[in-house]
Amino acid sequence: MQSYLDLVGFGAQGWGPALLRGLLVTLQISFGAFLVGMLIGLGAASAKLNGPRPLAAAARGYTTLCRAVPELLLILLLYYVGSMGLNQLFAWLGYGDVKLNGTMVAIAVLGLVQGAYASEIFRGAIQAIPYGQIEAARAYGMHGFGLFRRVTLPIMAPNALAGMANLWVNLIKDSALISVVGTNELLYTAKQAAGSTRHYLTFYLTAAALYYLLTVLSNLFSGWLERRFRRWIPAV
Amino acid sequence: MSDHWIFAYASLLLRGLGTTLSLLLVSAVLGFALALLVALARMSRNLFVAKASLAFTSVIRGTPLLVQIYTCYYGLGSLFATYPPIRSSFLWPYLRDGYWYIVLALVLSVGAYVGEVVRGGLKAVPRGELEAAAAFGMHRRLVLYRVWLPRAIRLLLPTLAGETVLLLKSTALASTIAVVDLLGAANVVRAQTFQVYQPLLLVAAIYVCLTFIIEGCFNLLERATPVRRESVAPRSRAGWVFWRRKAKV
Repeated sequence: MQSYLDLVGFGAQGWGPALLRGLLVTLQISFGAFLVGMLIGLGAASAKLNGPRPLAAAARGYTTLCRAVPELLLILLLYYVGSMGLNQLFAWLGYGDVKLNGTMVAIAVLGLVQGAYASEIFRGAIQAIPYGQIEAARAYGMHGFGLFRRVTLPIMAPNALAGMANLWVNLIKDSALISVVGTNELLYTAKQAAGSTRHYLTFYLTAAALYYLLTVLSNLFSGWLERRFRRWIPAV
Repeated sequence: MSDHWIFAYASLLLRGLGTTLSLLLVSAVLGFALALLVALARMSRNLFVAKASLAFTSVIRGTPLLVQIYTCYYGLGSLFATYPPIRSSFLWPYLRDGYWYIVLALVLSVGAYVGEVVRGGLKAVPRGELEAAAAFGMHRRLVLYRVWLPRAIRLLLPTLAGETVLLLKSTALASTIAVVDLLGAANVVRAQTFQVYQPLLLVAAIYVCLTFIIEGCFNLLERATPVRRESVAPRSRAGWVFWRRKAKV
């Protein structure tokens, strides 16, 4: 029976470096997908709030679909359809078969899923802005993106913060689903380690502990951020 | 010939649907029972019990469900396999099957997530109603069964609908440990017919239908439970105004 430290530590037989690399990939995927999801969410939220009718309907349909279908199924679907489509595109362009970068695909797929949830959070946060603020900005001659950047975004950010922090923790947890399509993030590495050493419980519990560490740290950080954001906002 | 495989694999897909529904039902019922215990433990005056419940909630909510499922299935499963008495017992056929591990993982997860929800609902019940129940001579357990829980559950019905949809989506993870649920059946079809994504699309449509059915059921339940009158009247008037406005356009 090998000791725990031999298995998970940084020695010759240890899986420590591999697990840490997996943790890094998990963070990369989560961070990239968070940014992608935020962009998609902002776009979908503005489409829902004041886009042309077909665009608003499309955004609503996208949100409903992404929230009703299991994430795992969406990931499989987007992964296979996406990689098939891209391969066909490259073949048509004459590049032949291209090996897709797993991390990039994971970021795109998770970003698309998160965008649906983010759009609802942003929609609520934007609707919570007193309309007089927007009118005042219009009266000063602001419009379009300038108005969004200078007035809408700063006023809505504190409203959206709690929801987005929640979404970030969910994203870290959802990134574990990417291991099913074989990107070498934390859970996938743990699975490999468990399979090759046959110490299943050890490695899955270690992976769970690392994920727990990430989410606890994220919660502490978001709590600090929210207190900081709300410093000058009068309590309602 | 696109619909050819649907007919060939219809029975497999239907069995998968049955597995998904049974997973949903079993883990919803057991999970809700655990959630009640977790919520009551969180509000307990015994500090140790309250802290233990908090730790359980925090750990389950802070780790991915897939990791919990792997820990249950591979971790506990390999642990059980090392003990010959367990291997030779009558329980072994059940312990070898992935179904009960996924139920275990889902029940734990529902217990933690819904436990928080239930705690919020229990806190939202007005104090005065509990005091009134106590004034009628009900002791604490009777107050819980007759007044506190029914009121909290009525308040929570919309949230519980959302949680049930989340649970439905979580059951799809059963396919990762070789349980043939709806998604697992789609994966079998994909492997046998070399269709890349068509079975997944079909199954996605079924999940969307199930989601709408769940929400419809909870809507019926909400309408079936009586609420106090003064909270009904304004809502119905608002509905009438809404209807009028629509009719004019």
